Amino acid sequence: MNWAAIAAIYRFEMARFFRTLLQSFLSPVLSTSLYFVVFGAAIGSRIDEVEGVSYGAFIVPGLVMLSVITQAISNGSFGIYFPKFIGTIFELLSAPINFLEIVMGYVGAAATKALFIGCVILVTSTLFVDLHIAHPLAMLAFLVLTCLSFALLGFIIGIWAKNFEQLQLVPLLIVTPLIFLGGSFYSVSMLPPVWQTVTLFNPVLYLISGFRWAFFGIADVPIGVSLLAIAAFTGLCLAIIWLIFRTGWRIRS
Amino acid sequence: MTAILNIKDLRKTYAGGFEALKGVTLDIEEGEILALLGPNGAGKTTLISTVCGLVTPTAGTVTVGGHDSQRDYRAARELIGLVPQEVNLEPFEKVWNTVRFTRGLFGKPRDDAKLEQILRKLSLWDKKDSAVKELSGGMKRRVLIAKALSHEPRILFLDEPTAGVDVALRKDMWDIVAELKADGVTIILTTHYIEEAEAIADRVGVITRGDLLLVEEKAALMQQMGQKQLEVELVAPVSTIPAALAPFGLELGAEGRSLIYSYDTRAERTGITKLLNAIADAGLTLRDVKTRQSSLEDIFVNLVSEEPA
Ligand SMILES: Nc1ncnc2c1ncn2[C@@H]1O[C@H](COP(=O)(O)OP(=O)(O)OP(=O)(O)O)[C@@H](O)[C@H]1O
Ligand SMILES: [Mg+2]
Repeated sequence: MNWAAIAAIYRFEMARFFRTLLQSFLSPVLSTSLYFVVFGAAIGSRIDEVEGVSYGAFIVPGLVMLSVITQAISNGSFGIYFPKFIGTIFELLSAPINFLEIVMGYVGAAATKALFIGCVILVTSTLFVDLHIAHPLAMLAFLVLTCLSFALLGFIIGIWAKNFEQLQLVPLLIVTPLIFLGGSFYSVSMLPPVWQTVTLFNPVLYLISGFRWAFFGIADVPIGVSLLAIAAFTGLCLAIIWLIFRTGWRIRS
Repeated sequence: MTAILNIKDLRKTYAGGFEALKGVTLDIEEGEILALLGPNGAGKTTLISTVCGLVTPTAGTVTVGGHDSQRDYRAARELIGLVPQEVNLEPFEKVWNTVRFTRGLFGKPRDDAKLEQILRKLSLWDKKDSAVKELSGGMKRRVLIAKALSHEPRILFLDEPTAGVDVALRKDMWDIVAELKADGVTIILTTHYIEEAEAIADRVGVITRGDLLLVEEKAALMQQMGQKQLEVELVAPVSTIPAALAPFGLELGAEGRSLIYSYDTRAERTGITKLLNAIADAGLTLRDVKTRQSSLEDIFVNLVSEEPA
């Protein structure tokens, strides 16, 4: 293992993040506050409680997931797309490192940034609602796993993308709908039966459900299934990246 | 001397079907400076990229310091520093950070004193806290060199290090290369400037259309260049060279209208006076006298144009 290389990539990427720390910090605080005002106040005044939890509190896990997933993907994709775009990727390809080390550096940094933002949102939400976290450790584990797995997905998108439009396309067209339809702001049990079945094919459902369980002890799907789903997703992403580097797809001619 | 880099029958066909390397075989001695000359699109960058791991070879092997560049890529790549043809740098990054980053990528522990030494050598020390985008083109190129040297490679590839660089900076670059050689670094550089190859290389390679046409000691090439030809045109053509002129090793020109004498300009006596006297003694009348000197440029142009399109 070339630990020095992993550290070098990680540090380099984090430096970029710290240069724009204020932006990184302000935008999630602002958007979370807006969500609470809009969803919490407008809808929450009609829906009192969901499964015994106040609506304001009920949407916190969904809100955190929404931002964390979006951030993990955009950081993960940009981190590797940028060197590809400006040509500095030649350094990675000529260095004595393997795909796992490159991934650990870039994905590790992207996940750290997403985790930081997730925590900021969590703290911000305590300004609006009373939060009691039932299983803090499980909550943290879910959060970290989500950051990692979606940063991996972002990494794949970053390698796949040939231009900035494509870089934006997947998050916009696929991921955001999946998050919104994955029960971020409602319990799946509130949907008509047909849609309940459809939703079961949405991987994000399992994440949000598990994450919510960590908060309130209630879940749409069993917690074991949630864990299995996220593990399978992470494994799939890793396998794809391994294949990409083996074949040199879109990075090595 | 021992070879530090062995390239054997290296071939590269790009995805589109274009054959950019057609079986290049080349050994590079430890500590030498090799200049690769060749027209645009000859395959110089492809050759370097394949050795450095940016391009996957279609066939052939590369061994760096005894390590196979594919199977044993870590050990092989640790020995190599690469300065690419394009100036690829993160614009917002500080010089110091980007150089430090490269050192880390190559698995070397942090060593600020070493980096300072490299930046000073390249006259970049006062720019270490500047963002890359604030530097001039020549400085950016030197940042690339600093990055390549940051992990103390034993082999340095310089892909057109002096393209678009002014005369003063080019001389600086040559000095840097000479210093690196003195430190024992093996250097392979590509260039379009024949005087550059003449000025700094130990050996010169000529590559066109994916073929390495020639690799020779510069001294041997200079020898060829030092050769000058004297052509003596005669009023009346001759069918054979007169016996009296045999010691001069003359050649007969087209239709026997001229005699061609090759001599070394650097020799103490060129023998021209003697020859002209001998020609007069043999009763031949001169119409005209011409001299011709081949340059590395001629050799190069000949080699490159001989190739069928
Ligand atoms: N990624 C690629 N895909 C397809 N063809 C390529 C690729 N890279 C280079 N080529 C082709 O391979 C040939 C050799 O290119 P290369 O860059 O090695 O030339 P070069 O000798 O470095 O030229 P120059 O002096 O202009 O830098 C060219 O015809 C080029 O078009
Ligand atoms: Mg080139």
